[in-house]
Amino acid sequence: MTDDALTLRDVRGPSALGGSVRRSLELLYLIAVTEFKRTYFGTALGYLWSLCRPLLLFAVLLVVFTHIVRLGKQVPHYPELLLLNIVLFGFFQEATMTAVGSVLSQESIVRKTQFPRIVIPLAVVLTSVFNLMFNLVVVVVFLLGSEIWPRWTWLGMIPVLGALFVFTAAVSMILSALYPRFRDIGIIWAVAATALLYGTPVLFPLQHATGTLNRVLASNPLAPLFELTRRWVIQPDAPVQHSAFDIAVPLALYALICGLAVWVFNREAPRIAEAL
Amino acid sequence: MSVDHRQVTNTIERPRPELVDGPVVIEVRDIAKEFLIPDQRLDTFKERVTHPMAKRGGRRLRALRGVSFDVHQGEFFGIVGRNGSGKSTLLKIMASIYRADGGHLRMAGRLAPFIELGVGFNPELTSRENVVLNGVLMGLTRQEARRRLDAVLDFAELRDFVDLKLKNYSSGMMVRLAFAVMVQADADVMLIDEVLAVGDASFAQKCVDVFRERRNAGKTVVLVTHDMATVQSFCDRAMLLEDGELKYLGDPEETALRYYRMNFGGRGDHDQPQDVPDVNARLIDAWLENPAGERVDNIEQGDPIGFNVIFEARHDLVNPVFGFHFQTADGVQVFGFTQHLDVPDSEADVLREGQRVHLHGTIENRLLPGRYVVRAMISRNRAFGDLALHVLRLIEFVVYGTEPGAGTVSVDTDIEATIEDAP
Repeated sequence: MTDDALTLRDVRGPSALGGSVRRSLELLYLIAVTEFKRTYFGTALGYLWSLCRPLLLFAVLLVVFTHIVRLGKQVPHYPELLLLNIVLFGFFQEATMTAVGSVLSQESIVRKTQFPRIVIPLAVVLTSVFNLMFNLVVVVVFLLGSEIWPRWTWLGMIPVLGALFVFTAAVSMILSALYPRFRDIGIIWAVAATALLYGTPVLFPLQHATGTLNRVLASNPLAPLFELTRRWVIQPDAPVQHSAFDIAVPLALYALICGLAVWVFNREAPRIAEAL
Repeated sequence: MSVDHRQVTNTIERPRPELVDGPVVIEVRDIAKEFLIPDQRLDTFKERVTHPMAKRGGRRLRALRGVSFDVHQGEFFGIVGRNGSGKSTLLKIMASIYRADGGHLRMAGRLAPFIELGVGFNPELTSRENVVLNGVLMGLTRQEARRRLDAVLDFAELRDFVDLKLKNYSSGMMVRLAFAVMVQADADVMLIDEVLAVGDASFAQKCVDVFRERRNAGKTVVLVTHDMATVQSFCDRAMLLEDGELKYLGDPEETALRYYRMNFGGRGDHDQPQDVPDVNARLIDAWLENPAGERVDNIEQGDPIGFNVIFEARHDLVNPVFGFHFQTADGVQVFGFTQHLDVPDSEADVLREGQRVHLHGTIENRLLPGRYVVRAMISRNRAFGDLALHVLRLIEFVVYGTEPGAGTVSVDTDIEATIEDAP
């Protein structure tokens, strides 16, 4: 028997983080991988189904914005931009919507084992990351087909995707932590996420919105990420808004939401098993 | 009916009071926990908005009120109490699933961080994936968990089914896998909640095997249970909780007695037959056999009933009489019989503590198709009122066949119907 087996350590109950980092990371990875395999390779058409959704949405929106609204005609490489944006926003939407009920759907382990609670929403986000990676391969093929060739600025997507991941994780943490106490948050978020699709420069670049709408869109923490994506991947000479407002407000909101996520999750985690 | 009266290997593990002198591995001091039972559950935003004045209050349930105790290294420690006494809450606090409101708790060694078997098993995954996931949940690295996969599968005897999804497993296979995972996790401290309450007889038996193995391996086990037989068989010490307070801590035998007194003490309705708890004797096994000697749950109409019961004495039973009543599912007695111990005249008619008795033989089967229940009693000292054990539902079985009739039994008849000439 080692000394470790006889050294008394304080037990303080469940927490958001806590415990060994290695175990948390291993759990995170395993839960995400198994969930990904189950969701995307468990059915006959598997991954193809999950690809259908963004592609169909893309097809519909492309028709709407090039033939009906005709806004798309004014944007260079509009189809490529639209597809990339839909895939990126689809990741945010899918991850956050799944995360809402994630703690509840993992009730069996939350109520019966001890592990850092933050693993649950993060695993959901990681599962969506895997899906995003596959979808981005499809997007790259589409870009190459449209004669948009890789360039050094594509590396800029690494921090952009990182920032998108962090923000998605933060929103997922808030939603999953609040859901056991507010069961209608799932419905509210479904509506809010759809509204956010139009409140983010996904369907058209920020510069095409004017007046108040421009201010609203520009203050969205996701806006700079989409604007940078456009410039770095699709159109290097695209104009990017960079007034003090366009940088400070979304950045402040981004930081605020991330901070809120840590605070809310830390606060709820110790007693989340009791609220289920 | 013959009685097989023999000394069997002692399966009741003796308490090891000397362990109390060993190092403390779980130190619980003044642990308190309160739950708020809301008068009105407001768990949506809509309700919060539409009932802004609704009180957030409710009844406070004090689940634990300052419980303190130590568990020492290698101890098998039982926690018993009635439903709602706080025992599961206490275990969940020890397992870091709930957070205590007051007091403090310290632990040593690697804790198996789960309190039930098969926690986190996902029916959509194969047993290979489940074993690795469960291993990591229990604190192994992925490499370690994969390395132990073979050992787990061998222990569970499920090597051929490694890539089968768990939803296609039988319940028995699932149980074997869950146990194998638990044993292979090899934690220093295990906290287990009520495992014997779920599952079938084979599950319970496997539980017992694992308990014995853990106990002999010198592992510390804290077990929450309703089953006094387990407490008496395995625990070195046991603790009785009532309404969140510690009522007794010490000898498992005494804990079991106090638990029974608490449960059965206050009742006066003697008209209704009641189970007599297994303080003096306990049921080890009871089963029926078909004429081929195979264990069966149901008997074909007309086939003799192969009858087998094994009891074990927890204390010396003087002049024991074993009685069995066969009843219909509605409680109507059909027939019954009694049996004494089969001992030579020169020997005392006593079943000694720890000895087992196996009652076995065949019973003529005149029962009509239907559902039946066997009730068992052990009385002692040649007095029918002095029950050592009373099992209301020893065996339940169905007699199946294609010749139903009136009543509950068929009897041989020799009746002729002849036409008489008119007078």
